[in-house]
Amino acid sequence: MLAIYKRELHAYLTSAIGYAFIALFFAVSGGVFVYTTLYSGTASPGNYYSYMLIFFVLLLPILTMKSFSEERKLRTEQLLLTAPVSIPAMVAAKFLAAMTVFTACMTLCSCSFLLLARYATVRAAMVFGNLIAILLVGGAFIAIGLFVSALTENQLAAAIGTVGIILIFFVVSFLNSFIPVYWIRFVLSGVSIFSRFGNFTQGAFDFSALLYYLSVMFVFLLLTGRVYDRRRYR
Amino acid sequence: MIQVEHLVKRYGGTAFALDDVSFEIGEGEIVGLLGPNGAGKSTAMNILTGYLSTTSGRAVIGGVDILENPLAAKKMIGYLPEQPPVYPDMTVTEYLRFVYELKGCSFPRDRHLADVMAAVKITDVSQRLIRNLSKGYRQRVGIAQALIGDPKVIIFDEPTVGLDPKQILEIRNLIRKLGKAHTVILSTHILAEVQSVCERIIIINHGRIIANERAEDLARVIEDNTHFRYAIVGDKTAVVAGLRGVQGVKSVTPMNEREGDAACYLVEGARGTDVRRGVFRVCSERNFPILSITTVGDDLESIFIRLVDRSDKETKSR
Repeated sequence: MLAIYKRELHAYLTSAIGYAFIALFFAVSGGVFVYTTLYSGTASPGNYYSYMLIFFVLLLPILTMKSFSEERKLRTEQLLLTAPVSIPAMVAAKFLAAMTVFTACMTLCSCSFLLLARYATVRAAMVFGNLIAILLVGGAFIAIGLFVSALTENQLAAAIGTVGIILIFFVVSFLNSFIPVYWIRFVLSGVSIFSRFGNFTQGAFDFSALLYYLSVMFVFLLLTGRVYDRRRYR
Repeated sequence: MIQVEHLVKRYGGTAFALDDVSFEIGEGEIVGLLGPNGAGKSTAMNILTGYLSTTSGRAVIGGVDILENPLAAKKMIGYLPEQPPVYPDMTVTEYLRFVYELKGCSFPRDRHLADVMAAVKITDVSQRLIRNLSKGYRQRVGIAQALIGDPKVIIFDEPTVGLDPKQILEIRNLIRKLGKAHTVILSTHILAEVQSVCERIIIINHGRIIANERAEDLARVIEDNTHFRYAIVGDKTAVVAGLRGVQGVKSVTPMNEREGDAACYLVEGARGTDVRRGVFRVCSERNFPILSITTVGDDLESIFIRLVDRSDKETKSR
């Protein structure tokens, strides 16, 4: 498992796509940070993280799109699947590698608040809480991305598919206010990734939301493993 | 070393890729897996390596069932798939180190990698990106990958594709050498390769084993017919009709070969008869000049084609 993790990190750090992701991430983060804090005249991190979340819809699929699809295209998955490594370990290694790159980027970007702290009062606990929450939401998106990437050998299709699924989670939170039936609204707000994030931006640490993000992550990683199991038994 | 019992694999629930395949391969044996495209060779190898599951039946590697304990069984196998599973963005050394870690090997790494690279003669490209290597070198990196960890069983799917004649000879020698200490399964289309390397040959067609014999015994599987290849000038249908009228001729098959203005025919005579005199008489009466006659011997190629033809006919009549 460690071998696959190292190999994935190596691939991120030697490929154009890896650097494109990192560059875009920093650029977007810089823009969002300036807009939500300096322009708005506030040191509260809530807006920064909510905006970042919206940009994740387009950013994170870049990170995951080639994860499995390229292995399939190059036929290198035959090496992984005939090596003494289990499917869950393979999926976990790929997930952790993508998570490592994402966590590093997000954490570095959050350091912008350290800078801000020199000129204004930044509530460190709130930044920290938001960071943990956004890492978990990102993890859920990465899990979705890995799942879609395992379904196809076309990277572009994987990226578009991932954007599509994340958008569904997104739209659900907006549709919500237009639906007059209470129980549908109740169910939709239950599966909405975004509405749950609101609590964190207000400074409340919502454990049920964390649990929810972990569950989404787990379910999609499990589904990714199932894709490979199914292919063996097709 | 390898036991395969009543292996059945269906794709999509209907079509049989493997239909009740059983065979056994002893330690240190080099076995050739032959068959036309789509016969089920790759499916069989993919099951043996744990890449695919079975519909029913079992495959045991070194006493370990690949379905029950895949990780332990996979540790004993080195596999070179049809397309070498290499990452273009890594150098040869980086890639082999990755495979070494992936397989969880425990002996001294650098020395082992150096030995493997020397065996397949890729030491000179060890620092180059795989992306920039020629097809022959990539293929050899693929072979190196299979040898890492010194597995007991080595499975090669078309190992000499894309190599030049000198490299082909080197790889065949390497396989022969490997066969002394390892069990080797070799799938190939190249019959000469099987003939020069393998001790035993398993022929698969339509998912069934149609022959499983020592190379020299294979001829006996076929009935002792008398086959001739004729090159005859003249209208094809008239020649075929004429030849079919000769006493003792069982079949006349036009071949896809020509010799100048003559078309070639495969003439099969009944056992114990020599049809050549009769064919000569008919051809001279009708003025069909015979340019050449060749006895089609029991070389592997003709045995293979006849076996596959026979099994095709059987499958159709079933």
